[in-house]
Amino acid sequence: MKEQERFEPRIIGFLCNWCAYTGADLAGVSRMKSAPNVRVLRLMCSGRVDPTFVLRAFQLGADGVLVAGCHPGDCHYQEGNYKALRRTLLLKRVLRQFGIDERRLRLEWISASEGEKFARVANEFTEEIRALGPLELTAALETGPALELEEVRA
Amino acid sequence: MSKPKLALYWAASCGGCEITVLDIEEKILDVAAFFDIVFWPCAMDFKYKDVEAMEDGSIDLCLFNGAIRTSENEAIARLLRRKSKILVAFGSCACDGCIPGLANLTTREEILDWVYRGSPSTINENGVRPQPKVRVPEGELEIPEFYEEVRTLAQVVPVDYFMPGCPPQPPQIVKVMTAIMTGAQLPPPGSVIGAGDKTCCDECGRTRQEKRVKRFYRPWELVPDPDQCLLDQGIICLGPATRSGCGALCVKANMPCRGCYGPPPNVTDQGAKMISALASVIDSQDPEEIQRILDQIPDPAGTFYRFSVPASLLHRRRSAPAA
Repeated sequence: MKEQERFEPRIIGFLCNWCAYTGADLAGVSRMKSAPNVRVLRLMCSGRVDPTFVLRAFQLGADGVLVAGCHPGDCHYQEGNYKALRRTLLLKRVLRQFGIDERRLRLEWISASEGEKFARVANEFTEEIRALGPLELTAALETGPALELEEVRA
Repeated sequence: MSKPKLALYWAASCGGCEITVLDIEEKILDVAAFFDIVFWPCAMDFKYKDVEAMEDGSIDLCLFNGAIRTSENEAIARLLRRKSKILVAFGSCACDGCIPGLANLTTREEILDWVYRGSPSTINENGVRPQPKVRVPEGELEIPEFYEEVRTLAQVVPVDYFMPGCPPQPPQIVKVMTAIMTGAQLPPPGSVIGAGDKTCCDECGRTRQEKRVKRFYRPWELVPDPDQCLLDQGIICLGPATRSGCGALCVKANMPCRGCYGPPPNVTDQGAKMISALASVIDSQDPEEIQRILDQIPDPAGTFYRFSVPASLLHRRRSAPAA
């Protein structure tokens, strides 16, 4: 019973191809234990993470979103990670105004050799979101039944 | 042969969309000659029961402006949907929620508390709050219910066409009305009409350079160069995140675009698009400096979603979860 009661957060992880994803891969091949709550999506660059992706993830039921890219100065595309940094900082302010705890969005720099850091971040973040509880946006965003066109025209 | 029937309605709106219909000037005479206006509460004396008595689908065209704030707005939206062949979300309120939709960044309770208790100009010693139903000696009185959130028209009933703008600009209205009156082939239902398919920047004649912004200014803090891109000058202009169609009116008056034509094609969330655009122009790689620059924007959500909170992915503010 206790197992069922424990809240398992759903976390979407947007990882860049060159550093963070390779880091996560390293955590895997090194057989490090990391929370399976982070569902990983590989992108070419953390600068590819449009704020829409983050909002869409929350809207579709994510409790937390992790964006991870190369360390500052290491971006494969020179400055995509700085773009991600600026976006994240601005998006956090907007999330706060929408009543969403900004800790639900986390930005991390993880290099290709930092498998251990990926595992640690995934575990830490999962526990942090577990403590924050479910976001439950999906149900709240139901705007009521819009009638079908056929129905109104019948 | 009887004339096609036209209805116009205002829900939660300011009345600007009503005025813009008249701003098509003498063309309004053509509209009045072509259509039989069967419902237009702002300009003519009709009652809801007149509409209720109409056959379903008997109104050929309904221009519905205003967002859905109260139970009355919703009831009339459903009624007009049933009676109309073509329902157009007319103006930013009906399309995206617009200024009334900014109320979604607060809650119903906070609004009522401020209006009936908190505001300095309120005198309400008995703490009276409006009730949907109240008994008086003469019988029971009923007023519409004030909803928890503002919704767009399409969040309540299916909408055939979306005509954005705060308000839709008269040349666009003329174009749309002419198309309808001449029986031109209309775009597929669900389309945006009376607007462009690019961004506001596309209609803006200012010179753009590579944007490197160290400081944001509010419009009153400086007199902008009339020929240079406003965003280049550090003024938050929503041009990159806004659909074209207005002819870049505000920027021509040396004021930034505020975003009333809603998100451009293929953009779901106008605010997210603007966050993305702004993050690209800030000239800093240092977290603390970036934070300082961002802090110069006093109200990011209200600025980026000024016209589209209800239509955004998040719709409205969540109340803080219990600690």
